[in-house]
Amino acid sequence: MTSPQQHRSPLGDQLAVAGSVDWLVTSGFLALAAVYIRAFAFTPPEAIQGPAQRILYVHASSAFVALYLAFALMALSSVLYLALRDEKLDRLAESAAEVGLAFTTVVLLTGPLWGKPIWGTWWTWDARLTSTLFLWFIIVGYLVLRGAVDERGMRARYSAVLGVLAGLLIPFIHLSVYLFRTMHPMPLLAKPSAPSMPGDMVVTFVSGFFALTLLFAGLLRARYRIATLRDLIADSEDQH
Amino acid sequence: MPERNPPGMLHATWLVARKDLAIEFRTRTAFFSALLFALLGLTIFYFAWDPTAVAAIDLAPGVLWVIFVFSGLLGLQRSFSVEQADRAIDALLAAPVDREAIYLGKALANFLFVAAVQAISLPALALFYNLPVSQAFLPIAGIAVLAAIGIVSVGTMFSSMAVNTRLAELLLPMLALPFFIPIVMAAAVSTSRLLAGRPVADVMPWLRILVAFDLVFVVACTLAFPYTLEE
Repeated sequence: MTSPQQHRSPLGDQLAVAGSVDWLVTSGFLALAAVYIRAFAFTPPEAIQGPAQRILYVHASSAFVALYLAFALMALSSVLYLALRDEKLDRLAESAAEVGLAFTTVVLLTGPLWGKPIWGTWWTWDARLTSTLFLWFIIVGYLVLRGAVDERGMRARYSAVLGVLAGLLIPFIHLSVYLFRTMHPMPLLAKPSAPSMPGDMVVTFVSGFFALTLLFAGLLRARYRIATLRDLIADSEDQH
Repeated sequence: MPERNPPGMLHATWLVARKDLAIEFRTRTAFFSALLFALLGLTIFYFAWDPTAVAAIDLAPGVLWVIFVFSGLLGLQRSFSVEQADRAIDALLAAPVDREAIYLGKALANFLFVAAVQAISLPALALFYNLPVSQAFLPIAGIAVLAAIGIVSVGTMFSSMAVNTRLAELLLPMLALPFFIPIVMAAAVSTSRLLAGRPVADVMPWLRILVAFDLVFVVACTLAFPYTLEE
Protein backbone atom coordinates (compact mmCIF):
# COMPACT_ATOMS: atom_id res chain seq x y z
CA MET A 1 0.00 0.00 0.00
CA THR A 2 1.23 3.50 -0.75
CA SER A 3 1.31 5.66 2.33
CA PRO A 4 -0.99 8.68 2.24
CA GLN A 5 1.54 10.80 4.21
CA GLN A 6 3.95 12.06 1.55
CA HIS A 7 5.36 15.48 0.92
CA ARG A 8 4.27 15.69 -2.69
CA SER A 9 0.98 14.33 -3.91
CA PRO A 10 1.65 11.16 -5.96
CA LEU A 11 -1.73 11.60 -7.63
CA GLY A 12 -0.77 15.07 -8.82
CA ASP A 13 2.53 13.73 -10.19
CA GLN A 14 0.80 10.96 -12.06
CA LEU A 15 -1.80 13.31 -13.51
CA ALA A 16 0.96 15.61 -14.75
CA VAL A 17 2.64 12.63 -16.45
CA ALA A 18 -0.65 11.53 -17.99
CA GLY A 19 -1.10 14.93 -19.62
CA SER A 20 2.32 14.99 -21.31
CA VAL A 21 3.49 13.38 -24.56
CA ASP A 22 4.67 9.78 -24.11
CA TRP A 23 7.98 9.85 -26.01
CA LEU A 24 8.52 6.09 -25.56
CA VAL A 25 5.24 5.13 -27.25
CA THR A 26 5.81 7.77 -29.92
CA SER A 27 9.29 6.53 -30.77
CA GLY A 28 7.99 2.93 -30.76
CA PHE A 29 5.41 3.78 -33.41
CA LEU A 30 7.94 5.83 -35.41
CA ALA A 31 10.40 2.92 -35.36
CA LEU A 32 7.64 0.57 -36.51
CA ALA A 33 6.76 2.96 -39.36
CA ALA A 34 10.45 3.04 -40.34
CA VAL A 35 10.54 -0.77 -40.42
CA TYR A 36 7.46 -0.79 -42.67
CA ILE A 37 9.06 1.67 -45.05
CA ARG A 38 12.28 -0.33 -45.11
CA ALA A 39 10.38 -3.61 -45.59
CA PHE A 40 8.32 -2.34 -48.52
CA ALA A 41 10.70 0.05 -50.27
CA PHE A 42 14.24 -1.08 -49.50
CA THR A 43 14.11 -4.83 -48.87
CA PRO A 44 13.91 -7.15 -51.89
CA PRO A 45 10.89 -9.46 -52.03
CA GLU A 46 11.44 -13.14 -51.31
CA ALA A 47 11.89 -15.24 -54.49
CA ILE A 48 9.16 -17.82 -53.90
CA GLN A 49 6.76 -16.27 -51.41
CA GLY A 50 6.76 -12.81 -53.01
CA PRO A 51 5.28 -9.88 -51.08
CA ALA A 52 3.54 -12.14 -48.54
CA GLN A 53 6.90 -12.83 -46.90
CA ARG A 54 7.09 -9.19 -45.73
CA ILE A 55 4.53 -9.91 -43.02
CA LEU A 56 7.28 -11.87 -41.27
CA TYR A 57 8.88 -8.62 -40.10
CA VAL A 58 5.82 -7.86 -37.97
CA HIS A 59 4.55 -11.36 -37.31
CA ALA A 60 7.66 -13.05 -35.92
CA SER A 61 8.68 -10.02 -33.86
CA SER A 62 5.21 -9.68 -32.33
CA ALA A 63 5.28 -13.37 -31.44
CA PHE A 64 8.65 -12.87 -29.76
CA VAL A 65 7.35 -9.89 -27.78
CA ALA A 66 4.10 -11.64 -26.80
CA LEU A 67 5.62 -14.91 -25.64
CA TYR A 68 9.10 -14.08 -24.39
CA LEU A 69 8.53 -10.58 -23.05
CA ALA A 70 4.87 -10.04 -22.18
CA PHE A 71 3.89 -13.51 -21.02
CA ALA A 72 7.20 -14.16 -19.23
CA LEU A 73 6.88 -10.79 -17.49
CA MET A 74 3.33 -11.59 -16.40
CA ALA A 75 4.33 -14.98 -14.96
CA LEU A 76 7.48 -13.64 -13.32
CA SER A 77 5.83 -10.64 -11.69
CA SER A 78 3.04 -12.97 -10.48
CA VAL A 79 5.59 -15.18 -8.69
CA LEU A 80 7.33 -12.13 -7.25
CA TYR A 81 4.02 -10.63 -6.15
CA LEU A 82 3.17 -13.71 -4.09
CA ALA A 83 6.62 -13.54 -2.49
CA LEU A 84 6.92 -9.78 -1.92
CA ARG A 85 3.31 -8.48 -1.91
CA ASP A 86 4.28 -5.28 -3.69
CA GLU A 87 1.34 -3.70 -5.53
CA LYS A 88 3.73 -2.46 -8.21
CA LEU A 89 4.32 -6.08 -9.27
CA ASP A 90 0.60 -6.68 -9.56
CA ARG A 91 0.24 -3.62 -11.76
CA LEU A 92 3.19 -4.79 -13.85
CA ALA A 93 1.60 -8.23 -14.35
CA GLU A 94 -1.70 -6.61 -15.28
CA SER A 95 -0.06 -4.28 -17.79
CA ALA A 96 2.09 -7.04 -19.32
CA ALA A 97 -0.98 -9.25 -19.76
CA GLU A 98 -3.03 -6.57 -21.44
CA VAL A 99 -0.30 -5.32 -23.79
CA GLY A 100 0.66 -8.96 -24.41
CA LEU A 101 -2.91 -9.71 -25.45
CA ALA A 102 -2.65 -6.98 -28.08
CA PHE A 103 0.58 -8.45 -29.45
CA THR A 104 -0.78 -12.02 -29.39
CA THR A 105 -3.82 -10.78 -31.31
CA VAL A 106 -1.51 -9.20 -33.90
CA VAL A 107 0.27 -12.58 -34.26
CA LEU A 108 -3.03 -14.41 -34.70
CA LEU A 109 -4.27 -11.90 -37.29
CA THR A 110 -1.08 -11.54 -39.36
CA GLY A 111 -0.49 -15.32 -39.42
CA PRO A 112 -3.60 -16.19 -41.48
CA LEU A 113 -2.86 -13.29 -43.87
CA TRP A 114 0.40 -15.05 -44.69
CA GLY A 115 -1.03 -18.56 -44.43
CA LYS A 116 -3.72 -18.09 -47.06
CA PRO A 117 -1.38 -17.36 -50.02
CA ILE A 118 1.48 -19.61 -48.83
CA TRP A 119 -0.19 -22.61 -47.21
CA GLY A 120 -3.49 -22.22 -49.07
CA THR A 121 -5.46 -22.03 -45.84
CA TRP A 122 -6.22 -19.29 -43.31
CA TRP A 123 -5.88 -21.57 -40.34
CA THR A 124 -4.44 -24.99 -39.59
CA TRP A 125 -4.09 -26.82 -36.28
CA ASP A 126 -0.33 -26.73 -36.47
CA ALA A 127 1.63 -26.82 -33.21
CA ARG A 128 2.71 -23.20 -33.15
CA LEU A 129 -0.64 -21.81 -34.23
CA THR A 130 -2.38 -23.95 -31.66
CA SER A 131 -0.12 -22.92 -28.79
CA THR A 132 -0.43 -19.25 -29.72
CA LEU A 133 -4.21 -19.57 -29.71
CA PHE A 134 -4.14 -21.29 -26.30
CA LEU A 135 -1.85 -18.57 -24.99
CA TRP A 136 -4.41 -16.03 -26.17
CA PHE A 137 -7.18 -17.89 -24.31
CA ILE A 138 -5.09 -17.99 -21.13
CA ILE A 139 -4.39 -14.26 -21.23
CA VAL A 140 -8.06 -13.49 -21.90
CA GLY A 141 -9.03 -15.72 -18.94
CA TYR A 142 -6.51 -13.87 -16.77
CA LEU A 143 -7.96 -10.50 -17.73
CA VAL A 144 -11.56 -11.71 -17.26
CA LEU A 145 -10.61 -12.91 -13.76
CA ARG A 146 -9.12 -9.51 -12.96
CA GLY A 147 -12.29 -7.83 -14.15
CA ALA A 148 -14.47 -10.10 -12.01
CA VAL A 149 -12.87 -9.28 -8.64
CA ASP A 150 -13.55 -5.88 -7.10
CA GLU A 151 -11.43 -5.99 -3.96
CA ARG A 152 -7.90 -4.94 -4.85
CA GLY A 153 -5.91 -7.25 -2.58
CA MET A 154 -7.96 -10.28 -3.55
CA ARG A 155 -7.71 -9.40 -7.24
CA ALA A 156 -3.94 -9.21 -6.94
CA ARG A 157 -3.64 -12.55 -5.11
CA TYR A 158 -6.05 -14.40 -7.38
CA SER A 159 -4.49 -13.15 -10.58
CA ALA A 160 -0.98 -13.81 -9.26
CA VAL A 161 -1.93 -17.43 -8.53
CA LEU A 162 -3.40 -17.77 -12.03
CA GLY A 163 -0.31 -16.12 -13.51
CA VAL A 164 1.97 -18.64 -11.77
CA LEU A 165 -0.14 -21.64 -12.81
CA ALA A 166 -0.32 -20.32 -16.39
CA GLY A 167 3.47 -20.12 -16.44
CA LEU A 168 3.61 -23.79 -15.42
CA LEU A 169 1.03 -24.71 -18.05
CA ILE A 170 2.98 -23.37 -21.03
CA PRO A 171 5.55 -26.23 -21.17
CA PHE A 172 2.71 -28.77 -21.15
CA ILE A 173 0.85 -27.06 -23.98
CA HIS A 174 4.11 -26.74 -25.87
CA LEU A 175 4.94 -30.44 -25.43
CA SER A 176 1.51 -31.76 -26.27
CA VAL A 177 0.99 -29.69 -29.39
CA TYR A 178 4.43 -30.74 -30.63
CA LEU A 179 3.48 -34.39 -30.26
CA PHE A 180 0.89 -33.54 -32.88
CA ARG A 181 2.75 -32.62 -36.08
CA THR A 182 4.04 -29.20 -37.02
CA MET A 183 4.37 -27.47 -40.39
CA HIS A 184 5.19 -23.96 -39.24
CA PRO A 185 8.47 -22.56 -40.62
CA MET A 186 11.31 -23.13 -38.17
CA PRO A 187 13.25 -20.13 -36.80
CA LEU A 188 15.18 -18.44 -39.58
CA LEU A 189 17.67 -16.49 -37.50
CA ALA A 190 18.00 -17.85 -33.97
CA LYS A 191 19.54 -21.21 -34.83
CA PRO A 192 23.01 -22.76 -34.69
CA SER A 193 23.72 -22.59 -38.45
CA ALA A 194 23.98 -19.41 -40.54
CA PRO A 195 20.79 -17.31 -41.00
CA SER A 196 18.56 -18.52 -43.87
CA MET A 197 18.10 -14.99 -45.13
CA PRO A 198 20.18 -12.57 -47.20
CA GLY A 199 21.71 -9.61 -45.37
CA ASP A 200 19.11 -7.02 -46.46
CA MET A 201 16.31 -9.09 -45.00
CA VAL A 202 18.22 -9.80 -41.79
CA VAL A 203 18.61 -6.07 -41.19
CA THR A 204 14.88 -5.45 -41.71
CA PHE A 205 14.04 -8.47 -39.59
CA VAL A 206 16.26 -7.43 -36.69
CA SER A 207 15.06 -3.81 -36.84
CA GLY A 208 11.51 -5.18 -36.68
CA PHE A 209 12.42 -6.89 -33.42
CA PHE A 210 13.85 -3.69 -31.98
CA ALA A 211 10.92 -1.56 -33.15
CA LEU A 212 8.31 -3.88 -31.64
CA THR A 213 10.26 -4.33 -28.42
CA LEU A 214 10.47 -0.54 -28.13
CA LEU A 215 6.75 -0.25 -28.80
CA PHE A 216 6.06 -2.94 -26.21
CA ALA A 217 8.14 -1.08 -23.62
CA GLY A 218 6.27 2.14 -24.40
CA LEU A 219 2.80 0.61 -24.23
CA LEU A 220 3.71 -1.33 -21.09
CA ARG A 221 4.82 1.84 -19.35
CA ALA A 222 1.73 3.72 -20.50
CA ARG A 223 -0.57 0.92 -19.30
CA TYR A 224 1.31 0.70 -16.01
CA ARG A 225 0.79 4.42 -15.46
CA ILE A 226 -2.93 4.00 -16.04
CA ALA A 227 -3.02 1.24 -13.40
CA THR A 228 -1.09 3.41 -10.95
CA LEU A 229 -3.40 6.34 -11.57
CA ARG A 230 -6.48 4.18 -11.10
CA ASP A 231 -5.20 2.85 -7.77
CA LEU A 232 -4.21 6.31 -6.55
CA ILE A 233 -7.66 7.67 -7.41
CA ALA A 234 -9.26 4.75 -5.56
CA ASP A 235 -7.04 5.48 -2.56
CA SER A 236 -7.97 9.16 -2.49
CA GLU A 237 -11.66 8.28 -2.77
CA ASP A 238 -11.28 5.95 0.20
CA GLN A 239 -9.77 8.77 2.26
CA HIS A 240 -12.66 11.17 1.59
CA MET B 1 -14.58 -30.89 26.97
CA PRO B 2 -11.48 -33.07 26.80
CA GLU B 3 -8.44 -31.47 25.20
CA ARG B 4 -7.73 -32.97 21.78
CA ASN B 5 -4.82 -32.46 19.47
CA PRO B 6 -5.60 -30.98 16.05
CA PRO B 7 -5.60 -33.66 13.33
CA GLY B 8 -2.50 -34.25 11.26
CA MET B 9 -2.29 -33.34 7.58
CA LEU B 10 -3.48 -36.65 6.15
CA HIS B 11 -6.20 -37.09 8.75
CA ALA B 12 -7.42 -33.52 8.19
CA THR B 13 -7.47 -34.11 4.43
CA TRP B 14 -9.64 -37.15 4.95
CA LEU B 15 -11.96 -35.30 7.35
CA VAL B 16 -12.55 -32.50 4.83
CA ALA B 17 -13.11 -35.00 2.01
CA ARG B 18 -15.49 -37.04 4.16
CA LYS B 19 -17.45 -33.91 5.06
CA ASP B 20 -17.89 -33.00 1.38
CA LEU B 21 -18.81 -36.54 0.40
CA ALA B 22 -21.33 -36.74 3.27
CA ILE B 23 -23.00 -33.52 2.07
CA GLU B 24 -23.11 -34.88 -1.46
CA PHE B 25 -24.27 -38.33 -0.40
CA ARG B 26 -27.27 -36.91 1.50
CA THR B 27 -28.77 -35.26 -1.54
CA ARG B 28 -26.87 -36.84 -4.45
CA THR B 29 -28.12 -33.95 -6.60
CA ALA B 30 -24.76 -33.01 -8.08
CA PHE B 31 -23.80 -36.60 -8.74
CA PHE B 32 -27.01 -37.44 -10.55
CA SER B 33 -26.99 -34.23 -12.56
CA ALA B 34 -23.36 -34.80 -13.61
CA LEU B 35 -24.08 -38.43 -14.49
CA LEU B 36 -27.23 -37.58 -16.41
CA PHE B 37 -25.34 -34.80 -18.17
CA ALA B 38 -22.66 -37.33 -19.21
CA LEU B 39 -25.21 -39.85 -20.50
CA LEU B 40 -27.17 -37.17 -22.37
CA GLY B 41 -23.90 -35.91 -23.83
CA LEU B 42 -23.03 -39.37 -25.12
CA THR B 43 -26.43 -39.58 -26.81
CA ILE B 44 -26.40 -36.11 -28.34
CA PHE B 45 -22.87 -36.48 -29.69
CA TYR B 46 -23.83 -39.71 -31.42
CA PHE B 47 -26.43 -37.84 -33.46
CA ALA B 48 -24.21 -34.84 -34.13
CA TRP B 49 -22.30 -36.90 -36.71
CA ASP B 50 -23.41 -38.86 -39.72
CA PRO B 51 -22.90 -42.47 -38.53
CA THR B 52 -22.41 -43.63 -42.13
CA ALA B 53 -19.53 -41.19 -42.60
CA VAL B 54 -17.74 -41.46 -39.22
CA ALA B 55 -17.46 -44.80 -37.47
CA ALA B 56 -18.60 -44.81 -33.84
CA ILE B 57 -15.22 -46.15 -32.71
CA ASP B 58 -13.49 -43.12 -34.27
CA LEU B 59 -15.92 -40.81 -32.54
CA ALA B 60 -15.81 -42.44 -29.12
CA PRO B 61 -12.49 -41.12 -27.69
CA GLY B 62 -13.26 -37.49 -28.45
CA VAL B 63 -16.81 -37.76 -27.13
CA LEU B 64 -15.62 -39.52 -23.99
CA TRP B 65 -13.11 -36.83 -23.08
CA VAL B 66 -15.30 -33.87 -23.88
CA ILE B 67 -18.02 -35.43 -21.71
CA PHE B 68 -15.62 -36.19 -18.85
CA VAL B 69 -14.28 -32.67 -18.80
CA PHE B 70 -17.65 -30.95 -18.86
CA SER B 71 -19.34 -33.26 -16.37
CA GLY B 72 -16.27 -32.82 -14.16
CA LEU B 73 -16.81 -29.05 -14.27
CA LEU B 74 -20.34 -29.56 -12.94
CA GLY B 75 -18.99 -31.32 -9.86
CA LEU B 76 -16.16 -28.86 -9.38
CA GLN B 77 -18.53 -25.91 -9.41
CA ARG B 78 -20.30 -27.29 -6.37
CA SER B 79 -17.12 -27.89 -4.43
CA PHE B 80 -16.90 -24.37 -3.07
CA SER B 81 -20.41 -23.10 -3.70
CA VAL B 82 -21.66 -25.41 -0.92
CA GLU B 83 -19.36 -23.48 1.40
CA GLN B 84 -21.05 -20.19 0.51
CA ALA B 85 -24.30 -21.11 2.27
CA ASP B 86 -24.29 -19.69 5.83
CA ARG B 87 -20.62 -18.75 5.23
CA ALA B 88 -19.63 -22.32 6.03
CA ILE B 89 -16.20 -21.57 4.62
CA ASP B 90 -15.48 -19.35 7.66
CA ALA B 91 -16.03 -22.29 9.98
CA LEU B 92 -13.80 -24.44 7.82
CA LEU B 93 -11.06 -21.81 7.90
CA ALA B 94 -11.41 -21.44 11.67
CA ALA B 95 -10.92 -25.19 12.13
CA PRO B 96 -7.47 -26.18 13.41
CA VAL B 97 -6.38 -27.74 10.11
CA ASP B 98 -3.77 -26.68 7.60
CA ARG B 99 -5.05 -24.74 4.61
CA GLU B 100 -3.24 -27.24 2.39
CA ALA B 101 -5.35 -30.00 3.98
CA ILE B 102 -8.54 -28.11 3.06
CA TYR B 103 -7.41 -28.02 -0.56
CA LEU B 104 -6.33 -31.67 -0.60
CA GLY B 105 -9.55 -32.79 1.11
CA LYS B 106 -11.70 -30.87 -1.35
CA ALA B 107 -9.64 -32.23 -4.24
CA LEU B 108 -9.95 -35.79 -2.92
CA ALA B 109 -13.74 -35.49 -2.65
CA ASN B 110 -13.87 -34.04 -6.18
CA PHE B 111 -11.65 -36.84 -7.47
CA LEU B 112 -13.98 -39.50 -6.04
CA PHE B 113 -16.92 -37.62 -7.55
CA VAL B 114 -15.37 -37.44 -11.02
CA ALA B 115 -14.14 -41.04 -10.83
CA ALA B 116 -17.63 -42.26 -9.91
CA VAL B 117 -19.14 -40.45 -12.90
CA GLN B 118 -16.42 -41.93 -15.13
CA ALA B 119 -16.95 -45.44 -13.73
CA ILE B 120 -20.53 -45.37 -15.00
CA SER B 121 -20.18 -43.37 -18.19
CA LEU B 122 -17.19 -45.33 -19.53
CA PRO B 123 -19.12 -48.65 -19.73
CA ALA B 124 -22.12 -46.69 -21.03
CA LEU B 125 -19.92 -45.34 -23.83
CA ALA B 126 -18.71 -48.87 -24.65
CA LEU B 127 -22.33 -50.01 -24.83
CA PHE B 128 -23.77 -47.11 -26.86
CA TYR B 129 -20.82 -46.87 -29.26
CA ASN B 130 -20.41 -50.62 -29.71
CA LEU B 131 -16.77 -50.58 -28.62
CA PRO B 132 -14.99 -53.93 -28.71
CA VAL B 133 -14.48 -54.96 -25.08
CA SER B 134 -10.81 -55.78 -25.23
CA GLN B 135 -7.69 -55.65 -23.08
CA ALA B 136 -7.55 -51.94 -23.96
CA PHE B 137 -10.05 -51.16 -21.22
CA LEU B 138 -7.69 -51.52 -18.29
CA PRO B 139 -5.14 -49.02 -19.66
CA ILE B 140 -8.00 -46.68 -20.63
CA ALA B 141 -9.29 -46.82 -17.05
CA GLY B 142 -5.75 -46.00 -15.90
CA ILE B 143 -5.67 -42.99 -18.24
CA ALA B 144 -9.03 -41.90 -16.85
CA VAL B 145 -7.59 -41.93 -13.32
CA LEU B 146 -4.52 -39.92 -14.37
CA ALA B 147 -6.66 -37.43 -16.27
CA ALA B 148 -9.12 -37.11 -13.37
CA ILE B 149 -6.27 -36.22 -11.00
CA GLY B 150 -5.14 -33.45 -13.35
CA ILE B 151 -8.65 -32.11 -13.94
CA VAL B 152 -9.45 -32.11 -10.24
CA SER B 153 -6.17 -30.57 -9.06
CA VAL B 154 -6.54 -27.49 -11.25
CA GLY B 155 -10.35 -27.43 -11.12
CA THR B 156 -10.56 -27.43 -7.31
CA MET B 157 -8.16 -24.51 -7.18
CA PHE B 158 -10.12 -22.43 -9.71
CA SER B 159 -13.44 -23.40 -8.15
CA SER B 160 -12.31 -21.82 -4.87
CA MET B 161 -11.40 -18.64 -6.72
CA ALA B 162 -14.36 -18.44 -9.10
CA VAL B 163 -16.94 -18.66 -6.32
CA ASN B 164 -15.72 -15.37 -4.83
CA THR B 165 -15.85 -13.39 -8.07
CA ARG B 166 -18.70 -11.47 -9.63
CA LEU B 167 -18.99 -14.02 -12.45
CA ALA B 168 -19.12 -16.96 -9.98
CA GLU B 169 -19.64 -20.28 -11.76
CA LEU B 170 -19.42 -18.65 -15.21
CA LEU B 171 -15.73 -18.00 -14.61
CA LEU B 172 -14.71 -21.59 -13.83
CA PRO B 173 -14.79 -22.93 -17.43
CA MET B 174 -12.95 -19.86 -18.72
CA LEU B 175 -10.11 -20.40 -16.25
CA ALA B 176 -10.03 -24.20 -16.19
CA LEU B 177 -10.54 -25.25 -19.82
CA PRO B 178 -7.21 -23.92 -21.13
CA PHE B 179 -5.55 -26.02 -18.41
CA PHE B 180 -7.54 -29.08 -19.45
CA ILE B 181 -6.29 -28.86 -23.06
CA PRO B 182 -3.09 -30.90 -22.56
CA ILE B 183 -5.04 -33.46 -20.49
CA VAL B 184 -7.78 -33.89 -23.09
CA MET B 185 -5.23 -34.07 -25.89
CA ALA B 186 -3.14 -36.73 -24.15
CA ALA B 187 -6.15 -38.75 -22.98
CA ALA B 188 -8.06 -38.64 -26.27
CA VAL B 189 -5.08 -39.53 -28.46
CA SER B 190 -4.07 -42.40 -26.13
CA THR B 191 -7.64 -43.69 -25.94
CA SER B 192 -8.08 -43.76 -29.71
CA ARG B 193 -4.72 -45.53 -30.22
CA LEU B 194 -5.50 -48.11 -27.55
CA LEU B 195 -8.96 -48.73 -29.01
CA ALA B 196 -7.31 -49.27 -32.38
CA GLY B 197 -5.38 -52.14 -30.80
CA ARG B 198 -2.00 -50.42 -30.48
CA PRO B 199 0.22 -51.43 -27.53
CA VAL B 200 0.56 -49.29 -24.39
CA ALA B 201 4.21 -48.57 -25.31
CA ASP B 202 2.83 -46.61 -28.26
CA VAL B 203 1.18 -44.03 -26.03
CA MET B 204 3.96 -43.74 -23.45
CA PRO B 205 4.96 -40.14 -24.38
CA TRP B 206 1.36 -39.04 -23.76
CA LEU B 207 1.19 -40.95 -20.47
CA ARG B 208 4.38 -39.23 -19.34
CA ILE B 209 2.80 -35.85 -20.06
CA LEU B 210 -0.25 -36.84 -17.98
CA VAL B 211 1.86 -38.04 -15.04
CA ALA B 212 4.06 -34.94 -15.16
CA PHE B 213 0.98 -32.69 -15.34
CA ASP B 214 -0.51 -34.39 -12.27
CA LEU B 215 2.69 -34.08 -10.25
CA VAL B 216 3.33 -30.45 -11.16
CA PHE B 217 -0.20 -29.20 -10.62
CA VAL B 218 -1.06 -31.17 -7.47
CA VAL B 219 2.08 -29.73 -5.84
CA ALA B 220 1.70 -26.22 -7.29
CA CYS B 221 -1.99 -25.92 -6.42
CA THR B 222 -1.49 -27.29 -2.90
CA LEU B 223 1.20 -24.67 -2.31
CA ALA B 224 -0.74 -21.84 -4.00
CA PHE B 225 -4.12 -22.53 -2.38
CA PRO B 226 -3.43 -20.75 0.94
CA TYR B 227 -2.73 -17.54 -1.01
CA THR B 228 -6.31 -17.47 -2.27
CA LEU B 229 -7.82 -17.71 1.21
CA GLU B 230 -6.01 -14.97 3.08
CA GLU B 231 -8.34 -12.42 4.63
